[in-house]
Amino acid sequence: MKLNERSLAFYATCDSPADNAGFLYKRGERHTAYHRRWFVLKGNMLFYFEERDSREPVGVIVLEGCNVELCDSAEGFAFAIRFGGSKSRTYVLAAESQAAMESWVKSLSRASFDYMRLVVRELEKQLQEMRLGPAGGCGGSRELPGPWKPRPSGLEQSRERLPALPAILPKENGCAVWNNVLGADRPPGSSGCGGHDEEGTPRPPPLPPRRRVSNGEAGAAVAESPSTFCRLHEQYSREVARLRQDWQQRRRGPRP
Amino acid sequence: MRYNERELLSLARQPAEKAAEIRMSVPKKGSVLKKRLVKLVVNFLFYFRTDEAEPIGALLLEHCRITKEEENIFSISFIEEPERKYCFECATEEQCQEWVEALKRASYEFLRRSLIFYRNEIQKMTGKDPLEQYGISEEARFQLGAHRQ
Repeated sequence: MKLNERSLAFYATCDSPADNAGFLYKRGERHTAYHRRWFVLKGNMLFYFEERDSREPVGVIVLEGCNVELCDSAEGFAFAIRFGGSKSRTYVLAAESQAAMESWVKSLSRASFDYMRLVVRELEKQLQEMRLGPAGGCGGSRELPGPWKPRPSGLEQSRERLPALPAILPKENGCAVWNNVLGADRPPGSSGCGGHDEEGTPRPPPLPPRRRVSNGEAGAAVAESPSTFCRLHEQYSREVARLRQDWQQRRRGPRP
Repeated sequence: MRYNERELLSLARQPAEKAAEIRMSVPKKGSVLKKRLVKLVVNFLFYFRTDEAEPIGALLLEHCRITKEEENIFSISFIEEPERKYCFECATEEQCQEWVEALKRASYEFLRRSLIFYRNEIQKMTGKDPLEQYGISEEARFQLGAHRQ
C-alpha cells in the first residue's frame, strides 16, 4: 500500500507543536536488543528518529486503535503499544525515568483521533447547551477564527440557532458528520446533537443552564442520555490509574 | 519510512465517515482519472480499485490543502509540495462540495484547533475551564501555542 511518505516526513519534522517528544528505547522486532531513538508524537502518529537532529524519521507508528500497557521487563520503565489484531506486532518501549514513562503512557493512551473527536463533540455540545439557555439565545460571539465559516446553505440558515459556531455543526439530519463511526449511540434527532426538533415545530422552553458539579459527577454535567464521552473518558482514566498502580506495586516488589 | 502496515490496513476496513466511487488521479506524469473507491477514516483517505479489498494507497490528511477546482472536481495537495495534486472528479457538484467540507475537517490538527476554540469560548462564558472536570486541562495536546518538548 502506498503512503504519502514525503508528506508524513514533513509532518514529523515541521515546526507544528508535538504532543510529546523524547528519547525512548525501542525493542527490535526480531532481535530483542533495545535501540535508543528520538520519538515525536504528533496527533495519532508516533514518529521515531535515529537521532534527535535526524532530518527524516526512521519510521512511524499509526496509533489509532491501540492500547498502552505496562510490561514486565528487566529494563524497567517499559511499556507496550498493542493493537487488536491477532497478528499485530506489539511495540515495546522503555523510558529513562518514571516521570517520562508516565508522561508517555498518558499521552499515548489519549492520542487517537477518536478520542480527540469525542472531546471536541463534548465541548461543542456544552457550548450549544449554554447558548440555548435563557440568557443566551442566538447571541454570543460572532467572531470566528479564520478557518471556520458557517456553511451558507439554506437549510443551515433556517436552523440557525447557533450562527456563530464553526461549520462542524450538525448536518441537516441533526447529526454531526462523524456520528456513524462511533456506533449507534447517537441516532438522528437525539438530544445529544442539540437537535431538539428538526421539523421546525416550536421547541419547548429552554432549560435553565446546567450547574457543573465540581467533583466526580461527570454524568450530571452532560445530557441525561448516556454519554459516550464520559464513559470512554472514565475508561481511559481508570486504565491510566491502574497502570500507574501496577507500576508502583511492581516497584515495591512482592509483598511478604 | 517504516510504518505499521497491518494496522493501517485494518483501519482501512473500518466504517468510514464517507465513502464513494470517485474518479481520481495521482500526481504522476501521464496519470489519468480512474474510478476508485475512496474512503475517509479518521485522518486518512484510502483509495481502492473498486473490486479489491486492500487499498492501493492511503493519504494522511495533515497539513494538506483541499481545493475546489473546476466543476465537480476538487484536489488534495500537501503544503510542502503544492503543485503535486491528487484530483477527484465527483458525479455531482453537490457531492464535490460535501467531500471538500468533510476533508477540510478531517485532520487531527483541525480537531485540535476546534477544541481550543470551544474551550476558550466556554471559559469566556462560564469562567471555568471545561476540561478541568475530566482532569485533562494540563495535557499538552489541549494547550494553545507551543507545547513543551
